[in-house]
Order: sequence, then structure tokens, then C-alpha cells
Amino acid sequence: MRALVYKRKPLRFAAAVAAGRLAPGAGAGIGPLSHDDIDPPALPGPDWVRLTPRLAGICGSDLATIDGQSSRWFEPVVSFPFVPGHEVVADVVGDDNADGTPHRVVLEPVLGCVTRGIAPVCSACAAGNLGNCTNITFGAITPGLQSGYCCDTGGGWSSEMVAHRSQLHRVPDTMDDLAAVMVEPTACAVHAALAAGIEPGATVVVQGAGTLGLLCIAAVRRFTAAGTVIAVAKHPVQREWARQFGADMVVAPDEVARAVRRATGTMAVGDGHIDRLAGGADAVVDCVGSSDSLTTALSVVRPRGQVTVVGMAGATRLDLTGLWQREIRMVGAYAYGTETLADGTTARTFDLAFDLVAAADLGRLVSATYPLDRYRDAIAHAAGAGARGAVKVAFDMRRPADRTADAARRSAIPASTQPGAH
Amino acid sequence: MPRPGFVLDVDRSTPPVLFHHGEQLRLEKLPPGRSRIIYPAEPLAALDHPDAAIADALANPLGDSEPLAALLRPGMKLTIAFDDISLPLPPMRRPDIRQRVIEQVLDLAAAAGVDDVMLIAALALHRRMTEDELRHAVGDRVYDAFAPHGLLINHDAEDPDNLTEIGTTERGEVVEINRRAAESDLIVYVNINLVAMDGGWKSTATGLSSYKSLRHHHNVETMEHSRSFMDQHNSELHRSNWRMGKVLRDSGIKIFQIETTMNNDVFGTSGPMSVLQKREWEWTARDRLAVGAMKRGLDVMSAKARRQVFHSWRAPHAMTSVQAGEVEAVHKVTTDNVYAQHLVPVSGQTDILTMGLPYIGPYNVNSVMNPILVMCLGLGYFFNLYKGQPLVRAGGVVIMSHPTPWDFHPVHHPSYIDFFEQVLADTTDPREIEKRYEKQFAEDEWYRHLYRTSHAYHGVHPFYMWYWGAHALSHLGRVIIVGGDRAAVDRLGFTAASTLRDALEMASDTVGPHATITHLHNPPILMADVT
Repeated sequence: MRALVYKRKPLRFAAAVAAGRLAPGAGAGIGPLSHDDIDPPALPGPDWVRLTPRLAGICGSDLATIDGQSSRWFEPVVSFPFVPGHEVVADVVGDDNADGTPHRVVLEPVLGCVTRGIAPVCSACAAGNLGNCTNITFGAITPGLQSGYCCDTGGGWSSEMVAHRSQLHRVPDTMDDLAAVMVEPTACAVHAALAAGIEPGATVVVQGAGTLGLLCIAAVRRFTAAGTVIAVAKHPVQREWARQFGADMVVAPDEVARAVRRATGTMAVGDGHIDRLAGGADAVVDCVGSSDSLTTALSVVRPRGQVTVVGMAGATRLDLTGLWQREIRMVGAYAYGTETLADGTTARTFDLAFDLVAAADLGRLVSATYPLDRYRDAIAHAAGAGARGAVKVAFDMRRPADRTADAARRSAIPASTQPGAH
Repeated sequence: MPRPGFVLDVDRSTPPVLFHHGEQLRLEKLPPGRSRIIYPAEPLAALDHPDAAIADALANPLGDSEPLAALLRPGMKLTIAFDDISLPLPPMRRPDIRQRVIEQVLDLAAAAGVDDVMLIAALALHRRMTEDELRHAVGDRVYDAFAPHGLLINHDAEDPDNLTEIGTTERGEVVEINRRAAESDLIVYVNINLVAMDGGWKSTATGLSSYKSLRHHHNVETMEHSRSFMDQHNSELHRSNWRMGKVLRDSGIKIFQIETTMNNDVFGTSGPMSVLQKREWEWTARDRLAVGAMKRGLDVMSAKARRQVFHSWRAPHAMTSVQAGEVEAVHKVTTDNVYAQHLVPVSGQTDILTMGLPYIGPYNVNSVMNPILVMCLGLGYFFNLYKGQPLVRAGGVVIMSHPTPWDFHPVHHPSYIDFFEQVLADTTDPREIEKRYEKQFAEDEWYRHLYRTSHAYHGVHPFYMWYWGAHALSHLGRVIIVGGDRAAVDRLGFTAASTLRDALEMASDTVGPHATITHLHNPPILMADVT
């Protein structure tokens, strides 16, 4: 089968680090990623099935890996070589509908206790919080926090992979592939929005308006009773999407402090320029994860407010004096699991994500798809998405006939409401 | 005998014309056969003995008023209010007109035994003047005698304890002014009438008032119905101020108005800047060399250095008249004297109006001309410098020349930054802006704090700048800024062009390829009387 494979090759890795610093996405052309013929992965056990990916998205964490910019934190929790791709909509081989077409599924990629054949499951998995599983390097399959980072499972950037049945979510017939490939990143955003400590009427800042940032805005609007939502966006298309998904104010990165001051009406220290805000936003959802964005987050959140780190941060230098002096909470939000909603009910994050994707027609965010053999172009496009007016870029492994059928499905979907209306 | 202003038809022999371009200069060739240039009048003769003229005005008031000396008595409370840093433009050489007038008023007060005297800079919602600026305006002697004792102050339109509501007009407009002034036995208002908009009841009803009062006439509706606000008889802005003036008068508040006019001598008749005041075809070889050298020098200077050069300029303009007494009687004479310097008869409108915007306007003295102020100077002030009908026809194009940098003075213009970043990013429609954002900015506590304790314009001030251009925005088909920063110009909702030639080509999409062009050769100031 054909697949994009990421191998442990130190020299190529070093080259990718250098190239990635010069031009985001350049690591694809020189680094450890290659387009190869490889054997399909074996089924690890009886509850596993083969998938033929239809679409597989390119995530920010994938780009960081390809450019060698991701943290060494991940080294012990991945296994080489691996096929990337964890935002996957696929057909299940052998599971057919009445008309003979295979079941379409979205993959929930976290490889928790159940997928690893570990019993009893850890307390996190028992509580439905798969993202916090403590056994991601143990059990019947090789280490890997998710499909797409595990040698045994393969990943979505291929023509074939394997998955445990517990990882599969059936895609409704009314949902097309473009929408379905947005479910996994949307689940991350839903989890982040619900982890961000957003009280009714809160002023919320969402930093970053790439895929994750935009989805977080949509999720904050749908699943919380936030008051003013301030989006921080660099590029014109991102600004427009942010408004569509419910941001009340959209500002450039160097305009955040003034925007928060206006929105909250707080006083500021500084003679017309702002040295410090006296108060600040109730919550900041940081989808960038850089030193600059986190510094900004800490400077614009109010005392005892919360900064939620959603973007993969890596090794970062931060002045935490403000966090100490203003008793700011700083928490991470990774992956998904089981959520508690405002009314006290619980729901699987993926179920909420399916709901949001359909309601907000999030398939619109897929800006371009590429075949696997054009992976360098695809990676470059994804790495420069904002500046090029794009949001989500994905690999498309479908046959032409499947693509046509899916387009027909999409045209049959009624116009959805905007998330801000809910 | 100074030559009057006039209109020059451009032909092939017309030399390139000077365009002010912020803190830089441009020389532009206008298309012959369809262009004309309106030149200002040469500076009127200065009063030979200004101090004597002031004394004469105080002793021989106009209208229903006694001489000032007769109005002063021991034990009375006297407030002297004076125009702020926004006048004159550029700041004048010492002694400032205000100093000359105030010193004589104080001499009379002292002679009459008045010892309760307060001086107030009537700045309304403008920024507080600094000590240096106050010293320049009133002179060191007055400053040192009053300021250390808290008797020379900036008006504070956000001090609830020192504002008082006088009443409402028949249109329901609230009249609220400085309490000290209102409770005085006499207000002496010392004015500098740079343009026809200034003075009259606007001095007290605006200069000493608050947002609560100002919002009745500093709004889009008023500005769209002020055609122009430089022509008080066709200006809703003035009608509102005059209604407020009636409330002040009927309440028993006594005002002795002293108004002065000045000539057009902005750059002098000798020295390095004087060439900027000459007509181009009269430039000598030495003048051409001077302009070339000045232009090249400015082009290679840093923006900061250029700003310093221009803002340190003190203009030699001189007083041409002074009149005192009852507000309306005084202002009628003042207006005639302003018109004598500024009015230039112009026949018919034009398709395209060009203007070179200088480095200074009323709200960036010793400061930065930010993009909002560029808009206000061009579409507020320059566009409205007309009587009769606008120089440019409805649906026509204004081409302004200014670098329009995305640059703000954070101390002076903090709410402008926010207005630019938030409000204009959302909409440039004055009515939408007024409806959705004005209240928030006007009542913002941080802006209030900075206005009262630092040197910041009031939070609502950028809104007024935008409203000042509302008439032009509704009248024009397009606005183009030559040499403007593209991002900043785009945020203003206008089009940036690299050269005047490009701008004229762009304008042809709106007004056709053979459009007529009129260049407003300002500064020095002129006002077109368009028939």
C-alpha cells in the first residue's frame, strides 16, 4: 500500500529542523517523511478492523512534527516508523450497508486502555477521559498516544490502516466527507471550550484563528454562555471566519490588550499606551502555544482568571510573575473524552463535535485537498494556510466516483445555521 | 497692498504646484486645460499698534455692552476664559495674541480692585495644555502670577463638581458649562478667530461645556446639515450653539467677548519657509533651489526629525483686528474680518478636488497627525472651507496628499488608537459608528482618567473627528490619498495611490476621463466662495 511514513532518521530530522525554521512546512521536502510502498499493518486483535481512509486532515501537531519543531516530550510516547494522520474519515473494510457501500466512520484516535487490551482500564479511561489515559505506552500495541503516532496502527495518510472498534464513530448519511474530517479537530475544540472555565457572560479571548482557534470560537459560542468573545487573528480570511463563528471583536495580535480593556471597561496602567491591565478577560483560550501568545494571555487575563493552553506549546520561555501575583489558573486542554455540560448532563466529546460540525457546517473550513503523492505541496499549503486564505488542508484518498458521490451528498445538505445563532 | 486670492487656470506653461504632504512636500504637475488652482490672498496688513487696538476695543465695545472697565468692580468674581492649544495654527510667535489681551484685561481688573480672578483654558474635550503651552499662550508673567495658586487651570469637562446645568434650549439641548465661569459675575472670553467656524457663542457654549452638552451639536445629523460649518448662516452647528447662547444670556450669565483675527502670514515673507507662501510661477531660481533642497532634506530625515522641524515652527502671523463687547455684535464684525482675509470667489464646482494636507491641524499641535486626523483635516476642514456650495460636485472625487502613517501619539490620542483598531475595522459609516460605539467610548473610565489627569483628548473625540467629515463622506463619490500608507488608508475606507497621476487615473473611474480638477492651495488658509 502507499503511505506517507515518518521514520527515525537523525540526519534528516536535523535537516528538517533547519528547513522548518526557514520556511514552515519545508521539512516535508528534506526531513524524515517519505511517500513509500509499505506492507499494510496487521490486525492487532479480534476487535480491530481495517480502514481505508477517505480524507485525512493535516493538523498543527503534524506540521510541528514534520518540521522537527515539536517537543521531545513526545519521544517516549510514539513508536517509529509511523504513518501520520489522526483526523480521519474512512470506510470500514467488511462492514457494509444494505446497499453494499461500506460504513463510513470518523476515527477517535486516542489509543487508551481498551484499544491496548488492558484490563482493568485506568481510572481516566474508566471515567471516559481517554485523553488522560495513563497507559498509552503499554499493552498489546506499541507506544503511541494516538493513531497516527503508533507504529502498529498506521495512520490516515495512507490507503489503509487499522483501528479498534471502540475508536469508530459512524458518520450519518447526511454528513459529507468534508464535514466528517472536521469532527476530530472539532472535538479538541469542544473539549477546550468546556475546560476553559467560562462562566455565563464571561469575556473570552481566543488566541489564534487557524483551524483550532476558529473551532474553539464556534464551540465557545455553542456550548458556553460566554458574553463577549474576542478573536485574535492575523489574516483577513481568518478574521472573516472568526466573525462568522461568533466572535464579537476580531483583532490583530498586537491589539489584544486594548481590545480586552475596551471590552471589559477595566482601567489600565500606562499613559495612553498599556503597560498593564488592571482587570482583564475572564478566560483566555490560547490556540497558538508560543511564548508570545502565552505571554499575551497572561497579561490580558484578569486576576483569578484562567488561561487554557490548547495549542501545542513545546519548550517555552515565560515570565510567570503575573500568574503568581494575580493568582491566574493556567491549564492544558488536550484531546477529548467525556464532558459535563452546563446543565449537569454528560456527553462524549465526539458526540458534541458531530453536533457542532453539522450545525455550523464546518466542512466549509476544508479549503483544499491533495493526493498523497503531492504531500510536499499539501504540507506547504497547510503550513501557510492563514496567509494563503486557507484553513484546513487534507489528503484525499478517495476514488473519483466516491468524490462525486460525496459532492452530491454535500449538495443535498440543507443550509445550516451559524453557530452564533444558538 | 496685499493681492487678493484668485483662481489660476492651468496651461502648459504653469509650473509644478506645491502640495503639502504632511511633514514633506511634493511638486505636482496638474493636467493643463482642465485644471485650476485657487490661491489664497496675501497676508492682510497687521495692526500697527495691536496693544492700542486692544485697549480701544475694551473701551469701545460693540453691541449692548458697557466698556470693560465699567463692568469691573471690587468684590466681584471674574473668570477669563481663553481659546486652547488648537488655535492658532501653527502656534504663533511670542507674544501670543491671548497674552496681549489677557494682560490688558488683568490690568483693568487690578485697577478696579478685582481680586477674585480665575483663568480657564476653554478646551472642552480637547487635551489639557501643558505648562509650556500655557506659558506660550498667556505669557510667563500671567502664568507665574496665577498658575502656582491654582488660578490658571484647564477646563475639566468630566468634573461633576465643577460643572453646572444652566438650562435647555427650545430644542431640548442641555446647556452645561464650567461652574466657576457660570457663577462668576463676568466671563471675559479671549478668542483667536483663525477660521470662520470659530468664535461667537461657540466660544463659551462649546469651549466651557461638557459631553452632555456637546453631544447635541457634535453629531452626524448636525454635521450633515452644516453646509458648511465654516458658513455660520448655513451651519446647524452654529444654530445649535446660538440657541445655547440664548440660554446662557437669558440665565443672566454675563459675557464680555473679545475676538481677534489674524492674517495669513504662516511662513513669513523672509527666511527658509517663506517660499512656501509664494506663488510658484513667481519663484526665483533661488526659491526653486530652496524648495528642492528642503524637499530632499525632508525626504532623507527620520519621521521624528521631520516632526521636530515642523512643530518647532512658530508662525509670524499677526493680528488684523480686535473687537469686544456683546457676543453676537462682536462676532459679526469678526466674521467679516475673517472673510476679508480668506474668501476667494470661485465660479462653479469641479469634478475632482485636490489638496495637499500640511503637517498640522487643530488636534495635533506638538503631536502626531494620525490617520483619523488626516481624514478630519481633509474632509472636515479643507472640504468645508466653502460658502455657497462645495468646491467639488456631488459624486465627485477628493484627492488628498498625505503619508497617512499608521501612527498615533498614545498620550494625546489613546481613544483614537482604539477607534482605529476597533470601530473603523468594523464600519466607516458615521451614523453606524455613532449609534453603536459613541456611548461606550464617551463613558469609558480609563479615557476619562487620562483626559482628566494626563494630556489625552476625551474618549469621544475621535468620533467627532469622523463626524466632521460626515458631510463630505455623504457628498463624495470617492476619496483617494496620494502617498498614503496603504493599510491605514484602507482602514479609513479610502483608496491609496502612489502618485497624483495614478490618483487621477483612479478618479476617472468615478468622474470620467476628462474631469475638471481644482487644487486648493492651502495653507495659507483660504475659503472658497463658490457661485
